[in-house]
Amino acid sequence: MRVLHRFTVTAAIALLALLSAAHRASAEIKIGAVLSVSGPASFLGDPEKKTLEIYVDEINAKGGVNGQKLQLVVYDDAGSAENARTFATRLVEEDKIVAMVGGSTTGTTLAMIQIFEDAKIPFISLAGAIQIVEPVHKWIFKTPHTDKMACEKIFADLKSRNLTTIALISGTDAFGKSMRDQCVAVAPKAGISIALEENYGPRDSDMTPQLTNIRNKAGVQAVVNPGFGQGPAIVTRNYSQLGIKLPLYQSHGVASKQFIELAGPAAEGVRLPAAALLIADKLPSNDPQKSVVVNYSRTYQTKTGQPVSTFGGHAYDGLMILVEAMQRAKSVDTSKVRDEIERTKGYIGTGGIVNMSATDHMGLDLSAFRMLEINGGDWMLVPGT
Amino acid sequence: MAELLQFISSGLTVGAIYALVALGFTLIYKASDIINFAQGEFVMLGGMTTVFVALAGVPLPFAALIAIIVTTAIGLALHRFAIEPARGAGPVVLIMITIGASIFLRGVAQIVFDRRFHSLPPLFGADPIQFGGAAILPQSLVVLASATAIVTLLWLFIDRTLLGKAVLATAANRLAARLIGVDTRRIVDFSFAVSAAIGAIAGILITPIALTSYDVGTLLALKGFAAAMLGGIGSALGAVVGGLLIGMMEAFAAGYFSSNYKDAVAFLIILVVLVSIPQGLFGRAKVERV
Repeated sequence: MRVLHRFTVTAAIALLALLSAAHRASAEIKIGAVLSVSGPASFLGDPEKKTLEIYVDEINAKGGVNGQKLQLVVYDDAGSAENARTFATRLVEEDKIVAMVGGSTTGTTLAMIQIFEDAKIPFISLAGAIQIVEPVHKWIFKTPHTDKMACEKIFADLKSRNLTTIALISGTDAFGKSMRDQCVAVAPKAGISIALEENYGPRDSDMTPQLTNIRNKAGVQAVVNPGFGQGPAIVTRNYSQLGIKLPLYQSHGVASKQFIELAGPAAEGVRLPAAALLIADKLPSNDPQKSVVVNYSRTYQTKTGQPVSTFGGHAYDGLMILVEAMQRAKSVDTSKVRDEIERTKGYIGTGGIVNMSATDHMGLDLSAFRMLEINGGDWMLVPGT
Repeated sequence: MAELLQFISSGLTVGAIYALVALGFTLIYKASDIINFAQGEFVMLGGMTTVFVALAGVPLPFAALIAIIVTTAIGLALHRFAIEPARGAGPVVLIMITIGASIFLRGVAQIVFDRRFHSLPPLFGADPIQFGGAAILPQSLVVLASATAIVTLLWLFIDRTLLGKAVLATAANRLAARLIGVDTRRIVDFSFAVSAAIGAIAGILITPIALTSYDVGTLLALKGFAAAMLGGIGSALGAVVGGLLIGMMEAFAAGYFSSNYKDAVAFLIILVVLVSIPQGLFGRAKVERV
């Protein structure tokens, strides 16, 4: 009985503390974020959370937005769509947020869309899939580039080299599958024909049989490898083991220094599309994105001590697009903020230059990707891209 | 012809990896009838420890040695602190314990090491050896040679030493073995230690080909286990033959049939073999003597 009594008292005190905290915070602008901070997608959610915290603090230190401080409410869905739904409902019903920047994965984002549509609260997603903004939902936006754009970027580069017949070798992981589907879908429009398709399991340790078949296929002029993780590194090694001389394209999924380390000398000459953020120091000084990406990577790296990733950059873009929209709206009225997000024009972010419209809730074009070539163990910007 | 040779070379590469992993299953099974599902984690620990000790500035051969010692100690600890206290339980419970240990080791590795992929330099360079239009990496031959060496050593040990006979005795009947003076606990200790060491060696040797990361063990254990079953669990020679067969089947299925179904084809053949010869190619059917 005594124990129960003590529990009730503690609970009451906690509740009081919570209520007063909520009351005190009512003068602040509440921004919600449901992120996959732990679990299998933590490589997305962790840098996103850190980025949001760093920049909300920075904005508040400078006096906030329209004279009001920002308050960030973060929940960790651990990668589960079910948790994401629960937290989204809590953000809407209990925290009464003005807008949401979050949704680390496509799965969690799709699970939350209806909640924000019903509540009429703007939701800027940080997930990749094109389905989030196609068809357009009134209250839903997203910042990251899509797999489809990566395919189009690769195909445009192939066309400029007069290469039109390719072979695909894709990983059967979620990333590889999704990008393979997008590439196959956009190929005819880009004037590219796919002569042969091969694939490999995400944990396979040798892809020489598939590559032998590609080597023996007549007419193939280049090879594209949609994939994520260690597979593309092994494909690249096997490619040089077999002495295949055709141009090899990797995807933005492996746009990290680690890929060059893993693939070693075999990576020489490999091309891949990547966000400007990853090559911040390589951008020419007249590049419009130069100062944004350099500042963001410097801030992130000094505050966290970790290398910068595009995922944190997506969160930066989402927050800044929202803040600028609130400044233009001079209000935190959700429908005014939504309208201003949709009117975002010429926002220069880490992911590219954003021009939104009523029919485009992402607002990026192919210039968001830069074509890179690996040269001497480092990235080199392919001129003219 | 060139493509046939290339598929064979791929099959040898992948098969040698499976064989080396499969070998780790045999000794523990021989001594204790347990299938140790943490065997894949021993493989991971071998590779990852070597990578991180080498990153700390230790020369590679010593880093590899340290990795083998660390993994052996962990294998020993697995037996002492997880398996031995539950020795009265049935094999199914003990197998569950090894699955738990595998999840635990993977989780710890994620924190102690990291979640990235790592590689090690190959022993004899990365230049492929060309033969008849096909190309094979020298490291694949190293893995194959090591698998052969380990089989030979295991065979010599089991068949030619007193300790080896003690292992067999423990496997056959633990109580009887104890009655004739075999310290069965030490024997099983020993089998876990040696299996962990074999796993670590496998992990170190295959990392230059297959790369490594904290979660590399799960699928390797699955393929290694399939290889061990196909060859006949408990038989070292069977483990190697089983591994090579699965590697070949995958390579030929990917090359001649379709890369979409290569795993399905391989596992279908395993199913057919095991339905017709349940004890595996080289396994001995259990005979209960009265």
